[in-house]
Amino acid sequence: MDFGPHLMLASIEGAVISAILVLTAMGLSIVFGVMRVVNVAHGEFFMLGAVFAWAVSTMIGGHAAFGFVAALLIVPVLVGCIASGVDQLILKRIDYDVDRTIVATIGILYIVQQSTLMLYGPEARPVEPPFNTRLALPWFEFGADGFQMIWPWGLSVTTYKLFVIFAAISVLGVLWFVLTRTKIGLIMRATQQDREMAQAFGVPVNRVYSWVFGLGAGLAALGAVLVVPIQQAHYLMGGDPLLLAFIVVIIGGLGSLPGTVIAAVLIGMSDGIISVFFSPTLAKIIATFLVAMVLVFRPQGLMGRVAA
Amino acid sequence: MLEVTDIHTGYGQVKVLFGVSLSVKAGEIHCLMGRNGAGKTTLLKAIMGQLPLNQGEVTLDGERLSGLPAHLVPKRGIGYIPQGRRLFPELTVSENIEMGLMARGEGANTRDWVLELFPRLKERLDQVATTLSGGEQQMLATARALCLRPKVLLLDEPTEGLQPSMIEQIRQVVVKMKAQGYAIILVEQRIDAVLSIADRITFIENGQDRETVAPANVAQDGTILTKYLGV
Repeated sequence: MDFGPHLMLASIEGAVISAILVLTAMGLSIVFGVMRVVNVAHGEFFMLGAVFAWAVSTMIGGHAAFGFVAALLIVPVLVGCIASGVDQLILKRIDYDVDRTIVATIGILYIVQQSTLMLYGPEARPVEPPFNTRLALPWFEFGADGFQMIWPWGLSVTTYKLFVIFAAISVLGVLWFVLTRTKIGLIMRATQQDREMAQAFGVPVNRVYSWVFGLGAGLAALGAVLVVPIQQAHYLMGGDPLLLAFIVVIIGGLGSLPGTVIAAVLIGMSDGIISVFFSPTLAKIIATFLVAMVLVFRPQGLMGRVAA
Repeated sequence: MLEVTDIHTGYGQVKVLFGVSLSVKAGEIHCLMGRNGAGKTTLLKAIMGQLPLNQGEVTLDGERLSGLPAHLVPKRGIGYIPQGRRLFPELTVSENIEMGLMARGEGANTRDWVLELFPRLKERLDQVATTLSGGEQQMLATARALCLRPKVLLLDEPTEGLQPSMIEQIRQVVVKMKAQGYAIILVEQRIDAVLSIADRITFIENGQDRETVAPANVAQDGTILTKYLGV
């Protein structure tokens, strides 16, 4: 395949990675932004999402689409509820203390991961995509006989991958709307900006925290439900998304949602393209190197603000 | 109306208040004076339920406020204008007001009323709070608290760092609220401001209330100020 079509293929892979990453990182970013909690267990909520997606779709049976839609609706809510429970049970009791929440979420990470290993087992299990038609993509070329459209062999995308990209964009749109245009969003932003004052104006901060922690985990789980038809559910699959989500949140600026989106697209695309042309390991090396550079030269991240 | 009875509180291990009592009636401006670190702001925070009391209680019209979860205290009708304004910095003027309205489910009427009190805010509804001038921020903080249609208003150094014309505007609003029957607790450093509007003055020293007097007494007897404020 020529370089052009090859690059296009890599970009599509990158866009899919970005789509999943943006949801996961957004969850991490919202939790950090509102609660100032660095959630090390975030990747495990992603993994739970994938495992539950497998469980739900296997239970439902029938056409793959039924199971998938059911998983899409049930799993993020279920994982969100589990996370809210964890918040009430553990994080609330240590008073959201910055240092202790890190240690606590590391503990949660292992509890979730090892429980999954015991109950679900070490196998990687696939979920069938609800639809997966292969679409050939055209390429344009100036050949011997002028401008023409060709259909290079192997240049194609599946409808499911397009759906993932589209779904992530829609979820982002809804999230943006909720945060900026609704009362719930207003309360979340006020709590983020001044917890004590929010409380002085009647905001039940503890309940808001619970919801936010649930929302963050739910977003990760939603990303995972979307990814299982491509990637398979496995109890150790939470590591990479956690690392990448942290990279994205740091590059974008802690707590900055627009920064998170930009960084997710940047890292996702570079990950996709570099993985296709070189190797996935190199992609991770470059992403991590980028974080180091951002931390040195712009510690507040691309869109972050310096604390006043 | 608002009764504070012998409260003891502090921040974790550090005790700040060792028995403070106060009683504020409707239509009265009650000033708190004392040196820095005497515990004035701590007292207001304790009334708001943001600090756990080790002893004593706070009641409003006979209902116990102490012991309620902190977010329910404002819902009983207490509007808080904290030191340094503490607006929601990234929210717009309109959104800050909305936060005040939401606290007790107030609607468009109340919003119109506070915007009438502070017409300057009306011109700046879509402006982000941090970009306002100091005086405008103080107006917004006051408006936000009035949005609760509270029974009691707590003001913590509302004139700090403002130019004289702004101080006068804030003063007028406070006097107007008093006339409408609000109970007002005012923490203030400037003696002349206090003497002109206060109904009673409580001096706080080392976390205890030492003396509660009428402003006329202070004007006559200069030794009180030397004793508690060192001026």
